[in-house]
Amino acid sequence: MRLHVRHQTSYRYDNPIAAAIQTLRLTPRSYDGLRIVQWRVWSDARRDFPVFVDGYGNLTHCHAVNQPHSSAVVFVEGEVETAATSGIVRGTPEPLPPLFFLRRTRLTEPDAAIETLARQIAPQGSALKQLHALLNAVRDRLDYLPGATDAATPAAAALAAGAGVCQDHAHLFISAARLLAIPARYIGGYLWTGMESREYQASHAWAEAFVHDLGWVGFDPANRICPTEAYIRTSVGLDYWSAAPVRGVRRGAAAESLSVAVQVTQAGGDQ
Amino acid sequence: MTLPVIETIGAALPFDEMGEPENCRAQYQLIQRWMAEMPPELLGLKRREAELLFRRIGITFAVYSEGGDPERLIPFDIIPRVLDAAEWELVSRGLRQRVRALNEFLRDVYHGRQILRAGLIPPELVLHNAGFRPEMQDFEPAQGVYTHVAGIDLVRLGPRDFTVLEDNCRTPSGVSYMLENREAMMRLFPDLFARHRIASVSHYPEDLLETLQSVAPPNCAGEPRVALLTPGAYNSAYYEHSFLADEMGIEIVEGVDLFVDDNIVYMRTTEGPKRVDVIYRRIDDDFIDPLTFRPDSLLGTPGLFNAYRSGNVTLANGIGAGIADDKAIYRHVPAMIRFYLGEEPILHNVRTYSCGDREDLAYVLEHLAELVVKETHGSGGYGMLIGPQATREQLAAFADKLRASPGDYIAQPTLALSTCPTFVESGIAPRHVDLRPFVLVGKEIRVVPGGLTRVALRDGSLVVNSSQGGGTKDTWVLEG
Repeated sequence: MRLHVRHQTSYRYDNPIAAAIQTLRLTPRSYDGLRIVQWRVWSDARRDFPVFVDGYGNLTHCHAVNQPHSSAVVFVEGEVETAATSGIVRGTPEPLPPLFFLRRTRLTEPDAAIETLARQIAPQGSALKQLHALLNAVRDRLDYLPGATDAATPAAAALAAGAGVCQDHAHLFISAARLLAIPARYIGGYLWTGMESREYQASHAWAEAFVHDLGWVGFDPANRICPTEAYIRTSVGLDYWSAAPVRGVRRGAAAESLSVAVQVTQAGGDQ
Repeated sequence: MTLPVIETIGAALPFDEMGEPENCRAQYQLIQRWMAEMPPELLGLKRREAELLFRRIGITFAVYSEGGDPERLIPFDIIPRVLDAAEWELVSRGLRQRVRALNEFLRDVYHGRQILRAGLIPPELVLHNAGFRPEMQDFEPAQGVYTHVAGIDLVRLGPRDFTVLEDNCRTPSGVSYMLENREAMMRLFPDLFARHRIASVSHYPEDLLETLQSVAPPNCAGEPRVALLTPGAYNSAYYEHSFLADEMGIEIVEGVDLFVDDNIVYMRTTEGPKRVDVIYRRIDDDFIDPLTFRPDSLLGTPGLFNAYRSGNVTLANGIGAGIADDKAIYRHVPAMIRFYLGEEPILHNVRTYSCGDREDLAYVLEHLAELVVKETHGSGGYGMLIGPQATREQLAAFADKLRASPGDYIAQPTLALSTCPTFVESGIAPRHVDLRPFVLVGKEIRVVPGGLTRVALRDGSLVVNSSQGGGTKDTWVLEG
């Protein structure tokens, strides 16, 4: 499937700020399920940003504006060719071994409730069966409710609230999978929903778990499915902090208003 | 400054650096005569003079745990600790070997992890350790160096037995005391220096600067610009930061003095931005860059890590070097030396029990009263148990802590630290000492002769940490 992505992030400040800098993990890397046709990241402040590969293998741009400004717009535009792989992820750069992804983090630190969840899943048998059971169990326990949580909410708090967004579903899934001794990681990316609506949030997050004989397998607990050719994977990490598509720091006292527009559409005629 | 170290006394009589009064070791003979000839009043006078000197220079050290004068002086003892040329040759060979292996280990754990594949270190011990920074994976720092300034804490257990208590691969401090101690001794006792051939330490700042310049990034054109990055004047080691920057003739900067553009680091100056190539940073990984590490840090420079990872600036020491000096990794250093260098370790390791290991934990609980127990991630001698000096209640309470989170602790036998004559209230008496030599790693490895000798001033005390009432001595290496 050929997918076209347009992603625009606009920062506006009520007073000019002195400087701002962002780390952007918004560029997919090719693997068996995805080929890049073209991809570009730029801003209204500068045409090109330097890019490097981070420790997880993510293509990482760094956008810095070091003069007073009251707005900045970051653009991402690209086209990819995706293929269905039943969620199995092969051909990705894998600098870190699966065992690393059993490491706990603040956002995925399990509490008693997550331990109970993992215990309920454990009798399912094989790792793959456990993961499919977990896929549904996570979604059953967390209603999709934007605003119930924020970017810094740990999995345990989201579970206690019983609500969250895709990030929280992914964190809860990862936390419980690690308790089951299954390496799991956070994935940031884009999702084609089939809807052309501008309002629909096409930025997405899901999880991958490592299954022996299969390797890394994607799980999207928010939608209760394994990723299809509608998914574009752009970042990998232990949790949201390390895989954050955008992370920024600014200098200056001003109120920020952020608007994000993401469109993922089916491109060209080759359907 | 946190100077992490300690040990306790065993049943065996400790090795004395000077030897028996009637059988004084060769390198101490002049010192012994000097001590015997000096009237006690003069010793007291010299000590007060030394204290005045230090007050005037302003070497102070903020001690966190004690009240009173927050800018307390670290007590300086006027009787030097002396190593002869042969002893130092052994120690410095051992240090070079150990630091080479630690650097090889760091390069390996952030690349192919051969040592884990070889089954020599349990993979979880590295991969699940907070000291292992995934951000560093597959990054090759300039010259392949990760720990440019290493402080290796040694104790002496016998004539040829130098044992490593702890490796410090992140931001070891204390070198300014080594330099100032020498300075003070030369002013107080010029005649003693005239009668000995003592290896100089005063070139340390020059060596450090050359080391830092030698690890400039490959794409640095021309003379590299080096700066020292400090957390600021409120940091307990700020004195040392400004002292070293001054001695090296480089800028001392705080996080806000730097900014990153196009993944290049610039220093704000009155003449406009100046590119910085090498940063001798005395800020911990966690606080160095809020864009990559702790977002609430106000001390660092946002984007610094991206510049580093892009090969546009060298950070010394490198990010993620803490995995090499982790207390749980320590016991594997001899295996590293054999694995990477194919050599037998010259410096010894203390037998170390990992309480996370079930068998080790059982042993530790059984022998708690004989052991020293340390927190895996602690430093500065805080939060540790010295079994032989603990009450029954303290032992029981500590055993509970061990059972609750065994993975956070390691245990070691209590050691008979060597003693050195020291000027105390009651006169001259033996006190336990350790040694922190400083090893510089750039294009080449350099070891300054000597290091910082720390002394436990209280009778029978084994705690040499300056945060725990320890003092320091000038350390002499005699030229052969």
